[in-house]
Amino acid sequence: MKTDHYEARFAGVGGQGVILAGKILAYGMVSFEDCHAIETPTYTAQVRGGATKVDVVIDKKHIEYPRAENVDFFLSLHQKSFNIYYKEIKPDAIVVVDPNLNPKVPADMTQKLVIVDLIEIAKKEMGKTLYSAVIAVGLFAGLSQVIKESNIQQAVLDNAPKGTEIDNLKAVKIGLELGKKALASKEHVVKLTIEDAKITE
Amino acid sequence: MKKSVRFYSGAELVAMAAIDAGCRFFGGYPITPSSEIAEFMSIMLPKVGGKYIQMEDEIAAMGSVIGASLTGEKVLTATSGPGFSLKQENIGYAYMAEVPCVVCNVMRGGPSTGLPTALAQSDIMQAKWGTHGDHPVIALTPAYLEEIYEMTITAFNLAETYRMPVMLLLDEVIAHLSSAIDLPDKEKLVIKSRRKPTVTPDKYYPYDTAYGDVPPMANFFEGYRFHVTGLSHDKTGFPTTDPELVQADQERQIRKVSSKAHEIFDYESYLMKDAEIAIFAFGSTARAARVAIDNARKMGIKVGMVRFRVLWPLDEAEVLKVCSRSKAVIVPEMNMGQLSTIIEKFTADRTKLVKINHVGGVPIHPTDIFNEIKGVN
Repeated sequence: MKTDHYEARFAGVGGQGVILAGKILAYGMVSFEDCHAIETPTYTAQVRGGATKVDVVIDKKHIEYPRAENVDFFLSLHQKSFNIYYKEIKPDAIVVVDPNLNPKVPADMTQKLVIVDLIEIAKKEMGKTLYSAVIAVGLFAGLSQVIKESNIQQAVLDNAPKGTEIDNLKAVKIGLELGKKALASKEHVVKLTIEDAKITE
Repeated sequence: MKKSVRFYSGAELVAMAAIDAGCRFFGGYPITPSSEIAEFMSIMLPKVGGKYIQMEDEIAAMGSVIGASLTGEKVLTATSGPGFSLKQENIGYAYMAEVPCVVCNVMRGGPSTGLPTALAQSDIMQAKWGTHGDHPVIALTPAYLEEIYEMTITAFNLAETYRMPVMLLLDEVIAHLSSAIDLPDKEKLVIKSRRKPTVTPDKYYPYDTAYGDVPPMANFFEGYRFHVTGLSHDKTGFPTTDPELVQADQERQIRKVSSKAHEIFDYESYLMKDAEIAIFAFGSTARAARVAIDNARKMGIKVGMVRFRVLWPLDEAEVLKVCSRSKAVIVPEMNMGQLSTIIEKFTADRTKLVKINHVGGVPIHPTDIFNEIKGVN
């Protein structure tokens, strides 16, 4: 990891798999990037369909205060979770949202905004919306450059149920592709489409 | 280079340590933020030949662990504030009948159903005084994942040693967070079990003080028949109202813990050697305090912390010692001032007492504590 400290937040509604995204990232940072990581999921009383998020706090050193307070990367798959968890986000952070949220982000937002329909891409490219969480992890890696491509791929593989390795690897590669395209764009608001999800290598 | 990495959540570590301590029964009723403990136990217990029962409510859950413990099993239940309130009647029964059990309370805001799935530390007085009458109390307050594992084992050892309920008080932050930790070597764990009778069933009395303040406890269904009741009882377990017997029994029950308080009480002293300002804290709040202390030390402020690993029984002499040599003490806690009311007894007029009380469900920030340190310096 290039920086000493990094905070990532994945949010959505219960059942979308964002908690898994946090687990994979934390695992990858500790396993392959020689970092410390604390992963804290938060859910509301209504678990399925209620807003949920996971914070991953990453540091080169032992993490004493475990709470995310200056989020560098915020990804939200749902308006409900965006409304609740769009706070403690650094002014120069990266924010990734579903296109359906586009009209509903604050007008004075300072962060770089990436608009991408991960659920639709998962459905079209992977055949299952369930892969949107793994695509999100790949997108994080490609965009943030906090974890090496090979490392996030291995982290996904290590956490994939037996028999799903090929599909999970494809999903993380789609995410990496999206992330790298968003990173390359100089625009403050980047809109990605399903065409950007095509793996070029 | 790849390390062997395994992430554990606080809730998972309670379940793992319980099983490693020999727990083979869990009776519970799910309640956030403790539900994950029940969930993990339901997965892990059957694999080791144990039993998991989800009862119809919190009261029944507490009853089920008392019953299971009487058959000789080590038992656990997990709950949060509202469930802890409901369990109090049966917790009192377990004190009176001297039934070993571990009650894990992942604290959330109250009163009533309060703040589900949000952080609080507001049940520390309920852990002490939640049920009516006088009884001994042991309550442990871990702050780190490693400690959750270690202190869950300790909780079982204490419950078995002193034949009583032991409270394991977690807060939402440490119960829910996951991190990669190394577990201690299982072979090196010290596991204690309750003392069994050495006499034949016809000579056995369940509350026989001839063996000391903690009478040996027979298992049900092994030929030892005895009466269990929540009423004051004599050595046979049958009710008595004999003033002398009742007086002696209450005194013994209190004494079995108070006489060992200095052995049971445990705290971490952090940079206290030259400290002029002392912080008293426990659980995840102590982690914020530690960050604040490190920052203040960089500015040359002599501040340290007494972090309670065991809150009850409190070694009051130790607290007094710290208070009497500090110019100020700061007590940050996620309640309206439960620990500070205790500390206040020892600060008297000579030591300034600063309270930091947050109850909004959001952790106390290191900056909040740092500012108070600067303020009193």
